[in-house]
Amino acid sequence: MTAKHSAEPKLPAPAAPLDPPAPSIQFEAVSFAYPDGTQALVDVSLRIAPGESVAIVGQNGSGKSTLVRHLNGLLRPTSGRVLLDGLDVRGVHVARLAERVGLAFQNPDRQLFAGRVSAEIAFGPRNLGVRGAALDERVSRALDAVGLSAEAASNPYDLGYSRRKLLALASVLAMRTPVLVLDEPTTGQDARGVARVRAVVAAAVGEGRTVVAISHDMRFVAECFRRVVVMGAGRVVLDGAPEVVFAEDAWPALRATYLEPPLPAVAGARLGLGATPTQAVFVAALRRASTKSR
Amino acid sequence: MAIELSAVRYRYAGASKTALGSVDLSVEPGRVLGIVGANESGKSTLCLVAGGLAPRAIGGRLEGSVRIDGADTAAMRSHELAQRCGLLFQNAAAQLSGTTGTVYEEVAFGPCNLGLAVADVIERVWWALGTVGVEDLAPRDPARLSGGQAQLVALASVLALRPRYLILDEPTSELDPAGTALVADALARVARETGAGILLVEHKTDVLARIADDVAVLADGSVALAGPAAEVLADPRLAGFGVEPPARVRLEREVRASGLEWSAALAEAIE
Repeated sequence: MTAKHSAEPKLPAPAAPLDPPAPSIQFEAVSFAYPDGTQALVDVSLRIAPGESVAIVGQNGSGKSTLVRHLNGLLRPTSGRVLLDGLDVRGVHVARLAERVGLAFQNPDRQLFAGRVSAEIAFGPRNLGVRGAALDERVSRALDAVGLSAEAASNPYDLGYSRRKLLALASVLAMRTPVLVLDEPTTGQDARGVARVRAVVAAAVGEGRTVVAISHDMRFVAECFRRVVVMGAGRVVLDGAPEVVFAEDAWPALRATYLEPPLPAVAGARLGLGATPTQAVFVAALRRASTKSR
Repeated sequence: MAIELSAVRYRYAGASKTALGSVDLSVEPGRVLGIVGANESGKSTLCLVAGGLAPRAIGGRLEGSVRIDGADTAAMRSHELAQRCGLLFQNAAAQLSGTTGTVYEEVAFGPCNLGLAVADVIERVWWALGTVGVEDLAPRDPARLSGGQAQLVALASVLALRPRYLILDEPTSELDPAGTALVADALARVARETGAGILLVEHKTDVLARIADDVAVLADGSVALAGPAAEVLADPRLAGFGVEPPARVRLEREVRASGLEWSAALAEAIE
């Protein structure tokens, strides 16, 4: 065993106070059809308060990525409206949206283009007008947050897939947007990489940012997010805290979208311990039950 | 009969550091060998070496030997190698040929090149698409698939060649839980029913707990742990190698670590 695998990654140091503050996000009866006729979203209404952490789950093709692409103007609704602080994003220039909503793609190779890791990360904030020492500081903080400080001078394509993905995340972090949207941030990551992503999410939430993440990783979802939105066939099927969405009475709806609750939730229900979406909650419930029976 | 790696060391062309150092492993017919390890521990390199692509196609320096059913891969022709050993890359979308207009043609591309009769090609294409559950994608344009769909189609293309050995680099990385379970069960069935030997690189240890016979842990280019899947996946050293243990193992460990008893009722509740 090597020492570098045993240390939990450090939480990034808190950044400057959030400016501008996180906006409220509202989807008003949003429907979206792709040009080939595929109906990806059907009448989605959703309100996300400033600073909320929201995981979006659902099977491949359920509309998750389509939904989040409406947040930064990559897609515009076929009908309905997307509002940031009450303002229809349709009238907002994409460059203005980019200052408020940062989106890290599922496939980092759709996002990376620069010849050096540091240039890749500097590109976004430079376009926001950040220069000099402030720019350097943003780049080094973002690199530090994902554990790539040693690779600042590397070519992004000399990094393995998992580190390219962390780099894409860092380049979005460097934008310091009040809303952070992550499309399957943990795929392809090993345990250490997942821990880094978790720390990034926790730090962003701690700073008051709104974090919206698409994920198939139910452990990550249950442990790192306060709200879970389950999508099926372009609609919102379930919406609530992990304790609600992964509770036994929600399993039929969950399974209808081909999702399985996390193991601690299943074990808790079988043992009559109530809703136990995470290991920590499960163990606490088990402890209460065993104290009571004594 | 097996893919046998003996004392394999490999260094990429132009690299100063060896990517693999002294690896001994064998992939046996009808069995699933799971490979886990931290990022950059050598898993993808192992796939390229075991599949004979490194150094053949990408250069670099190989020491030791890689034998497929007794024949040294260094002495085999590319087409012989390709017929025995099917390789699925980590970035599945990059594997699609880009030359076909439909998923059906994409999956037929390999079998056609094997010179099979048309009826056999058709049979194989539907079998492969059905095995991974994507028959409905047959008329679609391969360039317009989602990440998960592209991964399933790329896997079907490899399966359609019916290779004796399959080397799969994270075949479920883009898949949802249902797709992951589908692929896991399909691979187990392919191993059992066609006798294919499968080397499966996978971060999702729950998948390996379900279908792997053996598991090897890579760390810094070497095999750090290897043995029967159940033993390796429950090994307390696993997390230290940057590998998350299966959910069942984690839950049991958490309960025990908190001083509570791991009872038979608990063990039953997670079955």
